[in-house]
Order: sequence, then C-alpha cells, then structure tokens
Amino acid sequence: MNPTMTDLLAARSQMAMSLGFHIIFAMVGIAMPVLMVVAERRWQRTGDRIYLDLAHRWAKGTAILFAVGAVSGTVLSFELGLLWPTFMEHAGAIIGMPFSLEGFAFFTEAVFLGVYLYGWDRISRRAHLAAGWAVAASGMLSGVFVVIANAWMNAPTGLRWVDGRPVDIDPIAAMMNPAAFPQVLHMTLAAYASTGLVVAGIHAWPLLRQPRNAFHRRALAVALLIGAPAALLQPISGDIAARFVAHYQPIKLAAMEGQFKTERGAPLRIGGWPDEAAGETRYALEIPYLLSFLAFKDPTAEVRGLEAFPREHWPPVAIVHVAFQVMVALGSYMALVSAAALWLMWRRRDLTRHRWLLRGLVLAAPMGFICTEAGWIVTEVGRQPWVIYGLMRTADAVTPMPGLVVPFLVFTALYCVLGVVVAWLLYQQVLRSPKAVEEDPA
Amino acid sequence: MAGIGPAELVAGIAMVALTAYALLGGADFGGGVWDLLASGPRKREQRALIAEAIGPIWEANHVWLIIVIVVLFTCFPVAFARLAITLHIPLSLMLIGIVLRGSAFAFRSHYGHDGEHGDAGTSGHWGRVFAIASAGTPVMLGLCVGALAAGTVRPPGRGGFYESYVGSWLTPFGMGVGLLTLALFAFLASVYLTVEAREPALREDFRRRALGAAAAVFVTAFGTLGLGLLGAPLVGRGLTTAPWAPALHLATGVAAVAAIWTLWSRRFRLARVAAAAQVSLILWGWALAQYPYLIPPDLTIRAAAAPRITLVLSLWILGFGALVLLPSLIYLFAVFKPAPR
Ligand code: HDD
Ligand code: HEM
Ligand code: HEM
Repeated sequence: MNPTMTDLLAARSQMAMSLGFHIIFAMVGIAMPVLMVVAERRWQRTGDRIYLDLAHRWAKGTAILFAVGAVSGTVLSFELGLLWPTFMEHAGAIIGMPFSLEGFAFFTEAVFLGVYLYGWDRISRRAHLAAGWAVAASGMLSGVFVVIANAWMNAPTGLRWVDGRPVDIDPIAAMMNPAAFPQVLHMTLAAYASTGLVVAGIHAWPLLRQPRNAFHRRALAVALLIGAPAALLQPISGDIAARFVAHYQPIKLAAMEGQFKTERGAPLRIGGWPDEAAGETRYALEIPYLLSFLAFKDPTAEVRGLEAFPREHWPPVAIVHVAFQVMVALGSYMALVSAAALWLMWRRRDLTRHRWLLRGLVLAAPMGFICTEAGWIVTEVGRQPWVIYGLMRTADAVTPMPGLVVPFLVFTALYCVLGVVVAWLLYQQVLRSPKAVEEDPA
Repeated sequence: MAGIGPAELVAGIAMVALTAYALLGGADFGGGVWDLLASGPRKREQRALIAEAIGPIWEANHVWLIIVIVVLFTCFPVAFARLAITLHIPLSLMLIGIVLRGSAFAFRSHYGHDGEHGDAGTSGHWGRVFAIASAGTPVMLGLCVGALAAGTVRPPGRGGFYESYVGSWLTPFGMGVGLLTLALFAFLASVYLTVEAREPALREDFRRRALGAAAAVFVTAFGTLGLGLLGAPLVGRGLTTAPWAPALHLATGVAAVAAIWTLWSRRFRLARVAAAAQVSLILWGWALAQYPYLIPPDLTIRAAAAPRITLVLSLWILGFGALVLLPSLIYLFAVFKPAPR
C-alpha cells in the first residue's frame, strides 16, 4: 500500500494546521505569565489595586488559552507518530532529549499554573508571585526545548546517515545543532513581541475613547514594557536567522528571496511574485547588492540561485517567498511602532496624547501572530521536500494509513470550533473590562 | 530472563508514569463521568465538588500522559511508530476526547453562565461536552491497551484496511478493557470524592457511587479476564499460569476487598489508599504478564529500545526531572488537598 499524493498532502495539511493552531496558544503561554507577574509585582510594590485587578483579569483569560494550548500540544505529541511514524522511528532517539526536557518544563508549568490561578488566597503573597515566575520561566523553557527539536530538522547533527538510517547517534550533539541558537532566539522574542503587542493593541483601542481610563493606561504600559523591546530586537534576530539559512540551507534562502539565478552582488527583492516556470521573480522592487550584503556581509558575495539545484529539491517557491515578505514587512512595522512608543515612554511622555501612536498600536495588534505563522511557513515549507534536511524526504516519513483526509477534516473542524469559542469568550472578557472606573489626573 | 538493563529500567519508569496517569489523570476523567451521572437532590453540589476537586490539578495530572508518550518515542521509537500506525483511529478518537474534555472544562469553569466568576457547577453546553468526553476518552485508551495486550498490534502492510487499521483493536477483549478502564477511573474518582466532600450527605452520595463502581469493576474485570483467555493468549496465560500469578491475584483481591470494606465502614482515607493500590496492581499485573514484550507477540523491550546512549541520557533526565517534579507536585497537592485537622 503506497500512500497516495492526496494522503501526503492531507498529512502535511493536518500537521501545519495543528502547529499553526498550537503556536498561538503556546506564545501566549510563554509571554502572558510575564505580564501577569509584572502587574502583580507592581501592585505589591505600590499598593495600587488596579494592578491587582489587571493581574486577575489577565489570569482569567490566560487560563482558557493555557488549557487549549495544553490539549492541542498533546495532539501534536501524538501526531508526530500518527502522521510521521517513519520520521519518529528514525529521529525519536536523537531528538527525544529536548522533548523529554520539555516534558518536565510542562510539568513545572502546569503545577505552578494551578497554584497561580487557584491559589490567590491560599498562599502568601510572596509564594504567589514566585509561582508566577515559575510559570513564566518554565513556559519559556518549553518553547526553547521544542524549537531545538525543530532546529535539528533543519540542521541535523549528531549522527551519521548510513543506508537510510541513523548510526552513531549523539543526542547532545544533536541539541547543539547550528540552527538551534538562531531559531530559539528568534522564536522566544517572537512570543514576547506578539503577545505584548496584541495586549497593547487591545488596551490602546479603548484609550482612544477614554484616554484617562486608569485601568487601560496601566495595562498598556505593562504590555509595552514586554512587547516593544522584543519587537525592536526582532529584525536583528531575524538577520541572524537569515544568515544561518544562507550558510546551511541555500535553497531555502533562494526561495525566500525569489532568487533564481546564481549571481554576485545579488539584489534584495521586496515583494514580487516568483514564477517557477519562467524562472524569474516579477514585479519586485530590487535594491542592488543588498541581498549579498545581508546574507554574507559582502556586497559582491555570490548568492546561489535556485537554478544551481536540482528541480526536485526546490520547495514551493512562491509560498516561501510571499510568507517571507509578509513577515519582514509586518515585522518592520512592529519594530517602528515599538521604537516610537519606547522613545515616548523614555521621554516620560503621556502616550495617550499621541492618538496616532494608539492607532498605530491597534493596527499592530494582530501582526505578531501573522508574522509567526508566516515565519513558520518559511521554515517548514522552505525545508521541503525534506523532513530531515538533506536526509529524509517528507514523502518517505508519512504513515501508510490511507484516507488521511478524514482526520485532517475532523481536526480542522474541531479546531475551528474551538478557535471561534475562545475568540468569543475573550471578546466577552474584554467587553467586561472596567469602563469608567478610575481616572488618572490629566 | 534477560536481566535488567537500561531499557528495562526506562520501560519500568514509563510504567510508573502510566500508573500515575491512571491514578491522577484517570480520576479526573472519572470525575467527568460522575458529572454526567449526577442525580438526586444534590445534583448541583455533586457537580460543584467535582469541578472544585479537579480544577487546579488536572493540567498537571495530564502531563503524566505526555511523559509516557515522550519516553516511548525517545527510548522505544520502533514501538511508538508501530503503535501510531496500527492504532491511528482509536488514538485519534482519544485525542479528540482529550481536546474536548480539557477545553470544555476550561470554558465552563472560567466562564460559567451564572455571572462573573462562573459557577463551576453550572451544567451548560460545555458541562455536557466535558462530561461526555470524560466518559468516552477512557474507553478509547482502554481499547488501545487492549489491542496491545492482545498481541494484535502487528507490523503494518499486510491485509486490507479493516485488517490493518481496525481489526486489531475492535475486538470483544478490547471493548472489555475499554469498559474496565472506564469503571476503574470512575471508581477512583468516587472514592477520592468521598474524601474531598465536606458535607456528610454529599459524602454519602459518593460512597454509594463508589460501591456501585466497585461492582462494575468486579464485573468488567472478570469479564475481561475471561475474554482475555480467549482473545489475548499471552496476557491471559501470564495472568493465570505464571509463578507470580497467585500472589498478584491475592494482593489485588486483598486491595479490592479492603477498598469495599473501608468504604462500607466509612473509613474514606483508607479506602482511597486501597483503591489506588487495587488499580496499580491491575496495571502492573498486565505489565508483568506481557514482560519482556513491549508489543506482544514479537517486539521485546530490548528489541524496541533506542541506542544505549539515548537510554542512559534519558535515565539522567528522568532522574533529574524527578528531583524538580516531585517537590513541586507535593507542594501542589499540599496547597489544594490539605489534610483535615
Ligand atoms: C513576531 C514575530 C516575527 C517577526 C516580527 C519576524 N519574525 Fe522571522 N520568524 C518568526 C517570527 C517573526 C518565527 C515564527 O518565530 C520563525 C519561524 C521559525 C523560527 O525559528 O522563527 C521565523 C523565521 C524566520 C527565518 C527562517 C529561519 C529558518 O528557516 O531557520 C528568517 C530568515 C527570519 N524569520 C527573518 C526575519 C526577519 C529578517 C525579520 C525582520 C523584520 C523577521 N524575521 C521578523
Ligand atoms: C517546534 C516544533 C516543530 C516541529 C518539531 C515541527 C515538525 C514538523 C513536521 C514533522 C512536519 C511534517 C513533515 C514536513 O512537512 O516536513 C512539519 C510540517 C509543517 N510544519 Fe512544522 N514543526 C514545528 C513547528 C511548526 C510551527 C510552530 C508551525 C506553524 C505555525 C509549523 C508549520 C508547519 C507547516 C506549514 C508544515 C507543512 C510543510 C509542508 O508540508 O509544506 N511548524 N512540521
Ligand atoms: C511538534 C511540535 C510540538 C509539540 C509536540 C508540542 C507539545 C506540547 C504539549 C504536549 C503541550 C502540553 C503540555 C501541558 O499539558 O501543559 C504543549 C504546550 C506548550 N507548548 Fe507545545 N508543542 C510543539 C510545538 C510548540 C512550539 C513551536 C512552541 C513554542 C515555541 C511550543 C510551546 C509550548 C508551550 C509554551 C506550552 C505550554 C502550554 C501553553 O502555554 O499553552 N510548543 N506543547
């Protein structure tokens, strides 16, 4: 029984859909605890009850997101086998290490989350805050470990591949793979940037109407404190990631940039549509020499184009290119807005007097999540046709079970329903936020 | 006997984690079953007690399952791959149950219909979803365990769709194990709830339920053993003829009788210990019966094991993880399940 193309496509779609769903909750799970403990700590230091109210309300929303994150993560752990048994059969022993470490990070996270959410009046203030920090730290570690596992798929180290299977494996060397640092850095910042800015945007919106609302003013300040620096650093860490790709995955770089020809002094293309059949990228704005410079720090360096590689090793070029453009465009906007906000905060200006900034923040709210989805599309689709880069093809990893379109549709429907319900519940929560409670003096 | 090496050690630890999942996570599912079956004048209170009991701990309890899976795919990747292929359908159904149970519980308890803080006992739509998913998921888990014990999880690629992906788990024996799992989880939950209830009337409600569940365990256990002799020869034989079998049955029997007797005489804390011992012994009986096979009839623990370096590193991680985990878990339970003064 050979899996048909439709089965492979269904498996890939199910994996992408499940990950694309989980990552949103995971990012919130990484960053929200930090926002909550910062608010709680400010309450403990200043005695300002509005901060306590804020921490409570954030915790309430986060509880739901956490639950959905935990169950959708469980689905993923199984799906690695349900969809890609051959991949796991060969890779499990090598990348199991970060997954096991991640397992313990989940444990600490779940334990202290329970303590944090339900323990407000059961333990001392200090213990409660410490529990919050424990959640924040283990949430970050969960993300770090799982991304290390993914990085190995991009840069498989710690093994020799002989006759279609790994030998002489070294799980520690696998964890130290060269993709790990750039990806972990970029992903961790992405979690803080996306979550911080979405929360900032949600609270900036009511501030347009009631600029003196004390609740939303404090919320905005805390959210920006976490989100804005991360968003500002994100293009730098993105550059580090891109240079990794340039060295280790030249085909992915060529696809990201829509670079078909091998050339010295390659231009950076902004926008445009790569035409695989014609072998050129049309309608792009080209900035001469910039790609060579960005990728190799030398304006005349040679950039290998797609033509340098066999056709069957090309990823779907248009998808990768467009996703990359989306990430960079929105990421640049997020960095600009964050820079402006940080500048004003540093000068101790009242942000709410700058309506353009509030509007800019509202606009930026969904962007981090869009960037993240786009970034993962670049990483994962750009790695095709390989599941383990250069070693194992995705088509050889898929389960032999036929009819995979059924589970794909079932899980998609399930997640659509959950997504709608979660969005509705959070919307209700936002509606219930204090309207005209307390006003800060003008 | 091949002796105990790192592979057997890791497998033993995975079995400990599975036992913990059954005793803790299983009881959370059992709680959902009693939510579904809530009845009588104290229906609301029963549901509120269940929600209060599992609220702070279910996510931590759930992680035991993740540990089992991660150990399985790290240390026994061949076995993981084969299980994931053959049991694709029941595992997917189990996942749907897990997703619905967890999210419905969160939706319900954080946004109940009765105002701001959400009345945890409300029986809204999500309450229903939570309860039904709680009852269905253990059956799916049991079906998978049943297929494993029956020795029908063969390498894929032979036979048609039904034979390869359905026949192995949709058997009378599998159904028996599924129902037994459900009964055990419900039994655990009701016994735990007798301890958690503060009001005497409510406690009596769960005492009656616990006694009923004990009867269900008795019936399904013997039914399954009978079917096992026909349908799962290896495990059935192990459970009846192995040298350790009489001792095991004796111990399980003692635990079962002790659980019923302590429930009867209202010594609920002792009943909790006895019930947990009973369930653990049943699980370990299964594990011993199929030892040294991980997937009977052909894949032994040793044959399925990852290279030694992975096993050794995993043992280190598990040991180190336990150092962090156990104090945290003790703290969690100390905060939310304090002993009465
Ligand atoms: C808030 C989210 C966010 C923002 C603003 C950006 N990115 Fe990003 N990017 C991600 C979120 C992300 C991600 C989703 O987190 C990815 C997917 C895999 C990874 O490690 O990070 C990613 C991947 C990713 C990769 C591929 C790495 C690989 O395949 O190994 C590159 C080259 C970049 N990014 C570059 C950039 C650049 C130059 C940005 C400039 C603005 C940028 N990203 C903004
Ligand atoms: C960090 C952990 C991750 C791991 C271990 C992982 C692993 C995998 C695996 C095994 C596949 C299937 C094989 C393949 O298509 O190459 C896959 C595909 C995919 N994943 Fe990831 N992934 C991770 C993160 C993510 C995230 C967070 C997203 C999305 C937001 C994502 C998006 C995708 C997409 C779009 C595909 C389909 C690619 C295609 O088939 O064209 N991945 N991933
Ligand atoms: C193949 C990829 C992945 C697998 C197998 C996976 C697995 C899991 C599992 C099993 C859980 C539940 C833990 C619990 O019960 O508390 C979980 C939650 C979580 N995952 Fe993933 N995950 C994957 C991808 C990712 C990625 C890409 C990230 C982020 C960078 C991430 C970060 C988290 C975090 C922070 C949580 C904690 C729960 C929450 O905040 O919602 N995971 N994941």
